[in-house]
Amino acid sequence: MVEKIISKGYSFNTLYKMMVTGGIRGRWDATPPSGPGVATACLMTSRLKGEMNAIPDEAQLQEIARQIRLDIIEMLYQAGSGHLGGSLSAADILVALFFGEMRRKPGEPCWPDRDRFILSKGHGAPAYYAVLARLGYFPREELLTLRRFGSILQGHPDSGCTPGVEIPTGSLGQGLSIANGLALAARLNGHGSRIHVLLGDGEVQEGQIWEAAMSAAHYGLDNLVAVIDRNRLQIDGRTAEVMSLEPLAPKWTAFGWHTVEVDGHRIAELLAAFKDCRAVKGRPSMIIAHTVKGKGVSIFEDKAKYHGVAPNEEEYRQALRELGG
Amino acid sequence: MSAKESTRVEYGKTLAKLGAEYPDIVVLDADLSGSTHTHHFAKVFKDRFFNMGIAEQDLMGTAAGLALGGKIPFASTFAMFATGRAWEQIRQTIAYGNLNVKIVASHGGVTVGEDGGSHQALEDLGLMRILPNMVVLVPADGPETRAMVRWAAAYQGPVYMRTGRMPVPVIYDDGHRFELGTGSVLRDGTDVTLIGIGVMVHACLEAAEALAQDGLAARVINCSCLKPLDWELLVDSARLTGAVVTAEEHMATGGLGSAVSEILSEHCPVPMKRIGLKDTFGISGKPEVLLKHYGLTAADIMAAARQVWRRKGENCAAPGPHLQPAAALTGESK
Repeated sequence: MVEKIISKGYSFNTLYKMMVTGGIRGRWDATPPSGPGVATACLMTSRLKGEMNAIPDEAQLQEIARQIRLDIIEMLYQAGSGHLGGSLSAADILVALFFGEMRRKPGEPCWPDRDRFILSKGHGAPAYYAVLARLGYFPREELLTLRRFGSILQGHPDSGCTPGVEIPTGSLGQGLSIANGLALAARLNGHGSRIHVLLGDGEVQEGQIWEAAMSAAHYGLDNLVAVIDRNRLQIDGRTAEVMSLEPLAPKWTAFGWHTVEVDGHRIAELLAAFKDCRAVKGRPSMIIAHTVKGKGVSIFEDKAKYHGVAPNEEEYRQALRELGG
Repeated sequence: MSAKESTRVEYGKTLAKLGAEYPDIVVLDADLSGSTHTHHFAKVFKDRFFNMGIAEQDLMGTAAGLALGGKIPFASTFAMFATGRAWEQIRQTIAYGNLNVKIVASHGGVTVGEDGGSHQALEDLGLMRILPNMVVLVPADGPETRAMVRWAAAYQGPVYMRTGRMPVPVIYDDGHRFELGTGSVLRDGTDVTLIGIGVMVHACLEAAEALAQDGLAARVINCSCLKPLDWELLVDSARLTGAVVTAEEHMATGGLGSAVSEILSEHCPVPMKRIGLKDTFGISGKPEVLLKHYGLTAADIMAAARQVWRRKGENCAAPGPHLQPAAALTGESK
């Protein structure tokens, strides 16, 4: 499909419009690189040869993010359950990563040097699925089957079910170690891949995160970028009240990481941070992205109670109104 | 049978050899490479060995990531820490994701010795066999270890292998090959079946030899592949002999005895006795002393064999001393 589009010589903007409205359907390669039953799909891209050296501009990326938010609301409303707050807070980070930063090759889904992503905060799955659908990993209609019996979209990411998902996540604290392993493998294989992992801030309370933080620095994993979705809330309340994390940035710096802080809803800032991290040698990078849980819908914003619930009918309608859906 | 080899040493040496044949093999350890014997590999392939320090959860997660990146990771530490500390990491990524990680953990059982209860893994086989997609192996001797490690390197999927601290008598030939889902009959007989795993296999052979003097012919099975179980062999043996004893360096619940009970209760219920630790933790002592203390010797296997043989043909055991639960459960002081 993508090859046909390239050969027709569409301009980038036309292609972008098609992509945003879900017109482009991609392919996914289910050949497991290791082990049976691992449906490891590789990222298809809207970046095409030549024309795609320029990534979508900020306005275009913001529009994608708005669409992703609409998808999240729709998915959760249909499912009747799911993680609203943490999906909405992560939307801009995921858009910046998947539509801006991460490199793939059109027509070569398993390009060995492709960038990789682990959603360590697995409950952010709705946002992740919305992005994967938009990239063409599976038909967009599948989004409406979230969490239903038999769906390819499980409550938390399951690599055995969902094209595009690398590995099962959902139990917090485990993704950074996995990302480290991927980074080590890439280095051993001589691949130029950059490994990205998205953590929750509550998740950083897990001890394993700090084990992995030590390892990443010890092994000088400069092909690794971790992002914390710092929305300052967890299930039982504010992180500051439940189990305080501050001073957070100095902790990562003390562990030997290159650490930057950004507004997690400013896509331009996120992209600039990724670019900055690409230049760092000998150390892994941590981007602390300051976000608002439930961002995009005023009634959900900054409220712990919307961590693991779906919108009711009234909330759903209000959300659609506010997001311009 | 005078030659003795240690399964953990044979693991380490075989891994170092396989490193040359399989460029994608990488090895991880958690500060115990001297004890697990991954140091043999580490010496030859420095760039492919990753010490994760005293961080077993990170060890397993990193191994999972390496597998995702196309490598063949062998992750080693003590069985207690591999399967205990990092159980959830194994479950959530390696088993759930069906990843190509080989967990080879040493120091299973009471023969860990003087380090005592905190270090003697008595639950590892139970913890691992309950996981979907996990293959569980316990080699009985040096040649079987070499065969299983070689097999594991070529197999696509998660594997747990338990190695031991003490040198054990050699049973198999040097060229022994392993086949998934198979147990081996080491000695045949029709009166009772003795099923052993790990160090207990040799004890079963000794028990069989002694029972033969008393006119009891025991079939001895090495059930080194605990998952998937060679259930046909087990059912055939139960049908043939009518009485079964299992023996393991592990809790009597959760491991080999439980696995065999599960199969036989459904397909061929026969009088059975499980030799293992009765719901109690390990303690410090020399390995031989501990084996005797916890009733894990050839003599104990023989006594159990005689008991079940006497009960042959009974559907339900008559009430008696052999039915007493472990003291801990009754609340009585030990």
